[in-house]
Amino acid sequence: MTGSVTVVWALARKDLLLEFRNRDVVVAIAAFSALVLAIFTFAVDLSDQNARVIGPGVLWAGIAFAGVLGLNRAVATEVEQGGMDALMLTPVSRDLVFMGKALGNFIFLALAQLAVLPLFAVLFNLVVFRWEMLVICILATTGFSSVGTLFAATSVKTRAREIMLPMLFLPVTAPLLIAAVEATASVAIEESWSDMAQWLQLAAAFDVVFVVVAALAFQYVLEE
Amino acid sequence: MADANADRPVAIGRGLVKSYGPNAVLRGIDLTALPNRTLTLLGPNGAGKTTLLRILANIVRPDEGKAIIDGNDVAKRGELARRVTGAVLHSPMLYGDLTVRENLLFHARMFRVPDRAARVEEVAGLLRVERRLDQRARNLSHGLQRRVSLARALLHRPKLLLLDEPETGLDQAALEALDNVILDYRLGGRAVIMTTHSLSRGVRLGDRVGIMAMGRMVYEEERQNIDPDEVQRICRDLAGTEIGR
Amino acid sequence: MHTLSQTEPTGRHNPFMKSISLLRDWNWLLALSVVLTALTLYMAFVWAPTEANQGAIQRSIYIHVPVAWVSMMAMVALAVFSIIYLRTGRARWDRLSAATAETGLVFGALMLLTGVIWARPVWGVWWTGEAKLTTALILFFIYVAYLMFRTYFPPGAQRQRLAAVIALIGAIDTPIIYWAANLWAEAHPPVIIGPARDTESAVGPEIGITMLVGAVSFFVLFLYIVVQRYRTRCAEDEVMELNRHVGATQAAGA
Repeated sequence: MTGSVTVVWALARKDLLLEFRNRDVVVAIAAFSALVLAIFTFAVDLSDQNARVIGPGVLWAGIAFAGVLGLNRAVATEVEQGGMDALMLTPVSRDLVFMGKALGNFIFLALAQLAVLPLFAVLFNLVVFRWEMLVICILATTGFSSVGTLFAATSVKTRAREIMLPMLFLPVTAPLLIAAVEATASVAIEESWSDMAQWLQLAAAFDVVFVVVAALAFQYVLEE
Repeated sequence: MADANADRPVAIGRGLVKSYGPNAVLRGIDLTALPNRTLTLLGPNGAGKTTLLRILANIVRPDEGKAIIDGNDVAKRGELARRVTGAVLHSPMLYGDLTVRENLLFHARMFRVPDRAARVEEVAGLLRVERRLDQRARNLSHGLQRRVSLARALLHRPKLLLLDEPETGLDQAALEALDNVILDYRLGGRAVIMTTHSLSRGVRLGDRVGIMAMGRMVYEEERQNIDPDEVQRICRDLAGTEIGR
Repeated sequence: MHTLSQTEPTGRHNPFMKSISLLRDWNWLLALSVVLTALTLYMAFVWAPTEANQGAIQRSIYIHVPVAWVSMMAMVALAVFSIIYLRTGRARWDRLSAATAETGLVFGALMLLTGVIWARPVWGVWWTGEAKLTTALILFFIYVAYLMFRTYFPPGAQRQRLAAVIALIGAIDTPIIYWAANLWAEAHPPVIIGPARDTESAVGPEIGITMLVGAVSFFVLFLYIVVQRYRTRCAEDEVMELNRHVGATQAAGA
């Protein structure tokens, strides 16, 4: 058990070290979602009431789209450098390889959100720095990174993989997107935990199901 | 290792079939790799050599047939099979932005090699890349990358070493070093399976030589029994290929 | 084609000829489908009375509801076939999955189209955030993705395994999507401003019977199309197998 944790962490740490050296993924995700937010400040009318209604949706749609681009990049790099093949040669079981990759992607997405959330708070004049928001971000990022890691590895061998990944990723994660948007809307009008409990439960259930499913399915993605 | 298993084959392939849509890559391959011996596989491009090695390495699932490494069915007990297998396939499989040492340490950890730092130094010395340990893999020449890649494959002292055209990109000196490693490595109850384009190297390094074409083994013989005329005839029949180079 | 299999005595032992004669045999399903469709149309447009609140447009639900049922059933069937494929690895279950998904997608598109046409006069809007609608739309996209994947991924057994995994993920996701859509609809009550705003339709026995006959009719049509698509795929695979065989013969000659 402790061996598994060590291996998963070693895998994720390797990805973080690579990311620290070439900064391919986190900057791309943060920059793209920031751009989506910026575009929406003039694409729609953001007078006070509108910002509360539209803001959470724009935030999470932006993060989801940017996440798709970033995960595509992260996994494609690994596959193109032959890293996936090398990982497959190791005696580490396929589900632990998945956990390691998903943990790395979780950290990338979380770092990008750290950069984007202050921008969101400023541009949309909404209160987001509350504990509730931290929980929402963790739940949403867990689901996004597990489904995203699975589907990014799935679509990397397809033609038109830039289209294939969002086509797979966005419909499947739709429940998580709905939960994150609604819970964030609750935060924006300063509701209490109990008002958003159902959304957090939904997101947590999605995470539990898809972390397990994606880990089990990963062997089919890896082995030709 | 002087037990009853001493002569047990390190790798067995039985009836291996693999196709990608309309392309049949392997059409029923049987092979056996015995301890203390090297099996070299010759054959033109598209003969299925690479796919065969990838099946033994547990990267590709055969459509039919099975692969057994050190007594473990790859399809059922892949983790045990992979633990005793080392492979150098086509791409060097190194992380360009990590140093050679970091690459090797990472894989040593994945294979749970004891005393990692010392073992990394040791294999680096064996492949004479010790002075490159702290350079990023991206900055190495193609030949050096292949040597590091071979060092990675040897880290955990695998019983089965799979080499897919290891000579690619190596200069004469590196080639000789490589050949010595291959010749030494099989001693001690281990087996090497190696593909090559070069007939002369295949015969010099292989205790047993197989020729593959169109997904089948068309010729297989012990080195001392090889009939040069017959091999010449087969190579002529496989004309237009690089086999006689 | 007919005379060919009659006059060719060896045709019975030739797998190609055998599949042609079987193909002909499935035509009874087509005939049944034509009869049932005619019956459904008669019942829907003549026999069933005009519904009081919604008027004539209500008759479109005799198509909409059966099509929706069949498309949902197709998704369940796809998940079941995919599980069987993953367990057995036999290509026939993959062909059946592909045939089911293609046909199910067409029925899904029909479901969305007829639903939209019905909703405009009855609810006063083309589309609204009602839970079943949202769920159906998201599922539709999952199955579009499934078929896109089948087209885009390089051929080989891995494509079939991964397609089965995607179908299973869609199936596992369905209850979660419905849960989310339901919560969402509670938080944002769907816009309904048409005649169905505050009156429940009175469901007479004719309405129920017509829907059931419609369901059987569309199910038979669905089955017929799936069978035909399945047979086409079998023939395609047979051609591919022959091509491989040709390659093998060349190899043996070399």
